[in-house]
Amino acid sequence: MIWSTLTRWYHQLGSPRYFYRFSDVVLPWLWPLALLVTATGLIWGLAFAPEDYQQGNSYRIIFIHVPAASGALLGYVAMGVAGLVNLVWRMKMAEVMIKAIAPFGALLAAIALITGAIWGKPTWGTYWEWDARLTSMLILFFLYLGVMALINAIPDPRQAGRAAGLLSLVGVINVVIVKYSVEWWHSLHQGSTLKLVGKSSMPPEMLTPLLISMLGIYLLFAVSVLWRARAELLWRERKSAWVKELH
Amino acid sequence: MSFSATLSRELLLAWRRPAEIINPLFFFVMVVALFPLGVSPRPELLATLAPGVVWVAALLAVLLSVDGLFRADHECGALEQLLTAPQSLYIPVLAKLVAHWILTGLPLVLMAPLLGYMLHLSEPAIAVLFVAVLLGTPTLIALGAIGAALTVSLRSGGILLSLLVLPLYVPVLVFGAGVVTYAANGLPVSGVLALLAAMMLASFVLAPAAVAAGLRISSGN
Repeated sequence: MIWSTLTRWYHQLGSPRYFYRFSDVVLPWLWPLALLVTATGLIWGLAFAPEDYQQGNSYRIIFIHVPAASGALLGYVAMGVAGLVNLVWRMKMAEVMIKAIAPFGALLAAIALITGAIWGKPTWGTYWEWDARLTSMLILFFLYLGVMALINAIPDPRQAGRAAGLLSLVGVINVVIVKYSVEWWHSLHQGSTLKLVGKSSMPPEMLTPLLISMLGIYLLFAVSVLWRARAELLWRERKSAWVKELH
Repeated sequence: MSFSATLSRELLLAWRRPAEIINPLFFFVMVVALFPLGVSPRPELLATLAPGVVWVAALLAVLLSVDGLFRADHECGALEQLLTAPQSLYIPVLAKLVAHWILTGLPLVLMAPLLGYMLHLSEPAIAVLFVAVLLGTPTLIALGAIGAALTVSLRSGGILLSLLVLPLYVPVLVFGAGVVTYAANGLPVSGVLALLAAMMLASFVLAPAAVAAGLRISSGN
C-alpha cells in the first residue's frame, strides 16, 4: 500500500508538468516555514543556548557550521542518487534536480569552510589547518565546482544534465574513499558529536537548537532546489503546451 | 576478441606516432626537475618533498595524456562506429585503458625510481615508490578516462577535464605519496600498497562501464 503510493508519487513527480504544479502548492508555505525554523534554531543557538565550559562562546558557530557541512554532504549524495536515477531511467526531472542542487550545495560547502576557518582561529590558533575533515570538505567543494563547470560547458541541456549525473555518481563513490584516505592521512578535527544510533555526547540544551537549525537548513535547501528547478523547467519546456497555458 | 583487436589497434596507432608516448614522459621529468630549481637543492629537504613531487607530477602527466584518449577516435568517427556496434562498449574501453597504461603509464613507472634517486630518496623508499606508481597509475588512467569521455565533444576540454578529475585523484595521491614517506621512515608499507592495489582493481573493473556511459552521453545517444 505504502509502496504503491510511493512509486506513484515518484512517477508523477518525474513529469515536469506535475512537478511544477506540485511546487506551486508546496512553495508558498514551505519557504516561510524554512525561514522560521532556521531563525528559531539560529537565535536559540546563538543567544540562548548555554556557554561551553571549555570553548566559551566561540563554540556557537557550530549552529551554522554543522548544518552547512551536513547539508553540503547530503546535497552531494542527493546529486549522486539523481545521477543514478537518470542513468537508469533517463528521467528529465533527475537532470533538472542535479542542476538545481549544485549551486546551493556548493554555497553550503563554502559556508562550512569559512565558518570552520573562523572557529579554527581562537580554538586551534590558525585559520587554516590541513585537517582531515576541513580537507575533505574542501574537496567536496571542488567536486561541486566540477559538476557546475561541466553543466556550464555543455551547450545541450539534456546532455549536460546526463554528464553531470554520471560525474556526481562517480564523485559520490569517490567522496567516501576521499574521506577515509584523508582521515588516515592527518586528523585534528574532533570526533563526531552527533550520532544517529546511541547517545550523543552533547547536552540537550545545545543539541535541540542544533537539530532545529539543521532542519532549517535542509528546508532552505529544499526551497532553493524547488525554485531553481521551476526556473529550469520553464526554460527547458518553454515550447511545450503546458508552459504556454500558464500565462 | 574485441579486446585483443582494440589493444593491437591502439598499440599500432601509437607506434606510428611515437611522439605522443614520449611527451608525457618528458613532461613528468621536467616538472620534477623544476622543484629543486624552485625550492632548494638541499638533499634532506628534497628527500622529504620527493614523494609528493613525484606523485603530483605523475598525476598531471597522466591527466594531460588522458585528455586525448578518445579525441582522435571522436574526430575521425571511429568512436561512432564503436557506439553503434552491437557488442558492449565495456571490453573495447577496457582495452583502450590497458593500451593507454602500457603507452603512458609504464614509461612513468620506469622513470619514477630515477627521479626518486635524483631527489635523494633512500633506497627502500625508491623501491616502494616504484611499486606505488606501478599500482597507482592504472587508477589515475581509469578515473581520468571517465572525465575524458564526458569532455570528448567539447572544444575546451583540457582545463575542464582537470577540474573534474583532480578531486577524484586525491585518494591515490594521499596513499601513493604517504606510503613512500612511510618507507623512508622505516615503517611497514604492505597495508597501504594493498589499498593502492585494491583501488586499481576496483577502478579497472568499474571505470570502463562509467566511461562507456560517458561516451554515450557525449555522442548524444
